[in-house]
Amino acid sequence: MTAAGVELGDRARVEARRRHAARRRVLGRVGLYAVAVLAALAAAGPFLIGVVTALKQDADLYPGSANRVWFGMAPTVEHLRFLLDSTAFTTFAWNTLWVGALVVGITLLLSLPAAYSLARLDMPWAGPLGIAIFFVYLIPPTLLFVSLSRVVVELGLQDSTWSLVVIYPTITVPVSVWLLIGFLKGIPRDIEEQAMVDGYSRTGAFVRTVIPLAFPGIVAVVVFAFTLAAHEFIYALAFVSPTVEKPISVGVPTELVRGDVFFWQSLQAAAVFVAIPIAFVFNLFLERFISGFTMGAVKG
Amino acid sequence: MALQRERVEPGTAGRKPEWERAGGVRAGVRPTLADREGVLAPLFLLPAVAYIVALVAIPFLLAIAFSFSDVTAGDPSFDWVGLRNYRRIFQDPVFWQSLRNTFVFTVVSMALTVVLAKALAMVLVADFRGKWVVRFLVLLPWTTPVALATIVWLYLLDSLYSPIDWMLRQIGLLDGNVFWLGRPGLAMVSVVLVHTWRIVPLAAVIIMAGLVAIPDEINDAAAIDGAGFWRKLTEVTLPLTMPVIAVAALLGAILTFTDMTVVYVLTRGGPTNATQVLPSWAFIRGIVGADLAQGAAIALFLFPLLLAAAVAILRAVRRMEVL
Repeated sequence: MTAAGVELGDRARVEARRRHAARRRVLGRVGLYAVAVLAALAAAGPFLIGVVTALKQDADLYPGSANRVWFGMAPTVEHLRFLLDSTAFTTFAWNTLWVGALVVGITLLLSLPAAYSLARLDMPWAGPLGIAIFFVYLIPPTLLFVSLSRVVVELGLQDSTWSLVVIYPTITVPVSVWLLIGFLKGIPRDIEEQAMVDGYSRTGAFVRTVIPLAFPGIVAVVVFAFTLAAHEFIYALAFVSPTVEKPISVGVPTELVRGDVFFWQSLQAAAVFVAIPIAFVFNLFLERFISGFTMGAVKG
Repeated sequence: MALQRERVEPGTAGRKPEWERAGGVRAGVRPTLADREGVLAPLFLLPAVAYIVALVAIPFLLAIAFSFSDVTAGDPSFDWVGLRNYRRIFQDPVFWQSLRNTFVFTVVSMALTVVLAKALAMVLVADFRGKWVVRFLVLLPWTTPVALATIVWLYLLDSLYSPIDWMLRQIGLLDGNVFWLGRPGLAMVSVVLVHTWRIVPLAAVIIMAGLVAIPDEINDAAAIDGAGFWRKLTEVTLPLTMPVIAVAALLGAILTFTDMTVVYVLTRGGPTNATQVLPSWAFIRGIVGADLAQGAAIALFLFPLLLAAAVAILRAVRRMEVL
């Protein structure tokens, strides 16, 4: 074989390998998109059907022959109006909002100083205490709700939404401290030290420099704590029974489902109304949650 | 920011901070309470710790005390009854059923979660068009309050109107209705399905954090060495992300076996306690039945499970730090 022939064979082989790699890349992309679309459908499909159902006319939903995943007749907002005007949905939503806001406030007041103390003020027992906080974070409402229901009665808060304001920070404080430790450790020490050189006390430096710098992290904690409060179900179910005192997570499944009568359209509307805004806000902060959790765990 | 407005004295910049040399005391300023770390550190911690002790630690001890008493919602006076509550629980077949269901639901949905979440995480770290939309949709099951997400499933699994049944009928696999929540076996399948659907996004996000943390050089090196998808998966990604996958699985397990919302909204533990779990049984006995003592005793059986999972998580996190 001549030298030119060898070169030609090499080139062909290189070409073949390049084509093979390109094909593999295209296959990889197709596979990626396929899995992405499939995952999105599996996760959000139930909600999409929920949206369609919420907008269906009765005559398009209840007959056995009706299409269950798409419209057979014109969509209607009649059931949304029913949900907002004729049920306690807006009361539930308002309860969830103000309880959430107060819980977020209490959570920040308790967890910001605690996190600063654990992240910065070198204490011999900061390590074990951090682990203790992590354990408390893992304690579920289902372990405590029986005895807490007694505590709530003793506090005179039975059947009142205020019981949730008092109890919910037990869920939000540990996780917020954990997240904030991560964010605070991400702020260079030099900045506080400079502030102290400039005449601030330790506390002054914390309030005037650390809190503003940790602001993005604090916003993430606010969103996370609010979401946790809005998610909670068991305490609210166990402590609060009057309709007007219930938050949304308990009000919808207990008050809008009456016996065997389901107002399917209104129920689905209620679920989707709450799901979309929470998911939207949550997605804005997702990266920060992830970095907060990993920093809290990893950074020394 | 106040810091930038202050004029820095010439000569101070670049030197070791004066307050540090003087043992934490600023030159010329009398140290106040706000400066003493030895006092500040516990003071900053105190409110949070006091609150947690009052409303987590004490109720936990109270739960233990209740479980040895005859406290009910109607008669809260405390009388010691020894192990009577536990004896009654052990004689109750529903308790054993609940315990078994709790295990089955957790183990099966965790096995499914690990596989699906790993796949989902690999999609979420990749770059592609419309990623934001996919991420938004994929996270919906987890960001929606559990009770409301379960309401959506209540319709999907309804005995008459179930869209799932409708789709099965359309493709000719079904005649009539499945009655998902009306048959013991299928009701269990439904509960596992909803739990898995709900936990996969959370687990995927955690695993995603682990995948992002793999240094690019390692991936590049594997690619240069000609490792294909499966080779890279089994020899690079999986070993490196094992600890974080373990953390995701254990957190998901805790969220599953301590949850009663899915069961409560879907089946109330039925049909005939086929889907009863420890938390929902504790709720039925302790709150609905007003027998606080027995409810507390049942709920306490979650604690050993919880402790084991928590210790396992800490171990996995330690291994992550070694990485």
